[in-house]
Amino acid sequence: MREISYMEALREAIRQAMEKDDRVFMIGEDIGVYGGAFGVSAGLLDQFGPERIIDTPISEAGIAGACVGAAVTGMRPIGEIQFSDFVVLAMEQIVMQGAKMRFMFGGKATVPFVIRLPGGSGTGAAAQHSESLENWFVHVPGLKVVMPSTPYDAKGLLLAAIEEDNPVMFFEHKLLYKTKGHVPEEMYTIPIGKSNLVREGKDLTIIATSIMVPRAIEAAEKLSAEGIDIEIIDPRTLKPLDDQPIIASIIKTGKVLIVHEAVKTGGFGGEISAVISESEAFDYLDAPIRRLAGLDMPIPYNRTLEYHAVPQVEDIIEEARNLYQGKY
Amino acid sequence: MAEGKQIDTLIGGVLTKEKALDLLYKMVLTRTFEENALEMFSMGKVHGTMHVSIGQEGIAAGAGPALKDTDYLLNTHRGHGHFLMWGGDLNRMMSEFLGKENGYCRGRGGSMHIADVESNNLGAQGIVAGNLPISVGVGLSIRIRKSDQVVLTLFGDGAANEGAFHESLNMAAIWNLPVIYLCENNQYAMSMPVEKAFRVEQISDRASAYGIKGLTIDGNDVIAVYKAVQDAAKRARAGDGPTLIEAITYRYQGHSKSDRQLYRTREEVKQWQQKDPIQRFAKLIGVQEEEFQAIEKKAEQAIAAAVEFGENSPEPNVSTIMEGIYA
Repeated sequence: MREISYMEALREAIRQAMEKDDRVFMIGEDIGVYGGAFGVSAGLLDQFGPERIIDTPISEAGIAGACVGAAVTGMRPIGEIQFSDFVVLAMEQIVMQGAKMRFMFGGKATVPFVIRLPGGSGTGAAAQHSESLENWFVHVPGLKVVMPSTPYDAKGLLLAAIEEDNPVMFFEHKLLYKTKGHVPEEMYTIPIGKSNLVREGKDLTIIATSIMVPRAIEAAEKLSAEGIDIEIIDPRTLKPLDDQPIIASIIKTGKVLIVHEAVKTGGFGGEISAVISESEAFDYLDAPIRRLAGLDMPIPYNRTLEYHAVPQVEDIIEEARNLYQGKY
Repeated sequence: MAEGKQIDTLIGGVLTKEKALDLLYKMVLTRTFEENALEMFSMGKVHGTMHVSIGQEGIAAGAGPALKDTDYLLNTHRGHGHFLMWGGDLNRMMSEFLGKENGYCRGRGGSMHIADVESNNLGAQGIVAGNLPISVGVGLSIRIRKSDQVVLTLFGDGAANEGAFHESLNMAAIWNLPVIYLCENNQYAMSMPVEKAFRVEQISDRASAYGIKGLTIDGNDVIAVYKAVQDAAKRARAGDGPTLIEAITYRYQGHSKSDRQLYRTREEVKQWQQKDPIQRFAKLIGVQEEEFQAIEKKAEQAIAAAVEFGENSPEPNVSTIMEGIYA
């Protein structure tokens, strides 16, 4: 089985989508000769030329607007926001224009674009280059929000996002770019709105997103040595949320720990917790729903402080063990 | 467009008498629509807010006809006139205004978001300068599809001070995109007068900062607007990139329904009314008082019929409330 990196998987998805469909193009800062700040688009300029791999000035609102305007006139643009943090400079175009256009126009416009957003901490880039802002977009009707955690999911979800007839916010994690995994060479899609049962277990359910998925897997493997059998679900799509597998898992295990990197207050964990509380799984809970998330703070520059600002493997182990042992 | 005709028989060298009469009618129709809308507001027949373009009708009358049916329009919040000039159907427009199911946007958008994507009318705009970055995407789409379309992007003097203006004009300029930036300078961004909001003499001076052509014209002169837009379209289609046209005009009414107009004098409004675009155009094309009254009467009848159509149209069914959010 062929193994490639998360970054290579993304690039392959873009390449295959552009080879298949002339309407697909890519636009962003330093995506041409430079190959993208993280290298995702390396080599694509040579293959597709500057008409379809469009390097922009530093103009995030312009990039997002270019996606909206091109999408509503029949194209399928992929916009890259160099660091997901910079999406704040493009919010108006994404939230006020792209997300609402179809609805405002009575369902008569189609606005198919993808905004790719490298996010997350762990690179020492401090507070303005390390954020996890995905939940802002979960709150916006009209958008879909996708967050792959593996190379396989990265390719399949990006191809699905490009084929999708709605705007999709596609959150990548910088620490995942070099992770490797099995990725088929042929084109395939993973349906948007479908979660992944990453690991089966009977004692406790962990719902984890993005970089927290591999950390949860590592934690679960260590805890299995202590006889704690953990189930892990990766929603993959935050909006629309595939809630039934989550509910079914909690009915089975009775305990749930939600893990994400974004700050806890107002984070996606609150939404998952509410979905569980409103569901039939509520009656099966034999411990409080727990959230393990980023501290309510900007990401610090200092390496040690940065490390402790977001959940790490040992934090997940401790929290899951406590939950399993009935300490809450 | 003057092919086959004696140029001197055309009004202003560009319009046949027949076309000119049609434009005059549509200007009067726009004004009647908006005066009626204000009345409906005060009678409580419509809700929300609305921005009327009374006094500014000359720009829509000159711009729309200078372009082709296949071109794109990105409108503003003050765009009833442009909507009509772009071929908008009065009945469906009135229905939208009244929030009815058979309105252009099924009553979901209202005056501020009215659009007709089918006719390449990409919508009015509730965010000042919100349509400027979108014009970059429309321009890129045209270029990638190797089409000879252009996009007419409308905005006011207020929008020229948003950051989006800068990003948009620069991107359209560096890529030579077929965008016509038409700034309707009506002297006030809500209450902020242009003299206080700009250090440059003319908003079109900013074109030089992007290396594109800029010009300032009399927006109350239909022929001047027509010629400027026609020329900009020609340049855009030839691959010579965007143009920034500043059309000087004035809004007689307040910014929106809540405006008490404390920032200007009645005398100032009266002075501008002497330069009224409709009166000027009527005079230019030789329409006498009697004929003008007949045009006004026809517009009033059309509006009355549209109101009746709209009022008798169905409300959206609440069971459809979640429709149209996602494809």
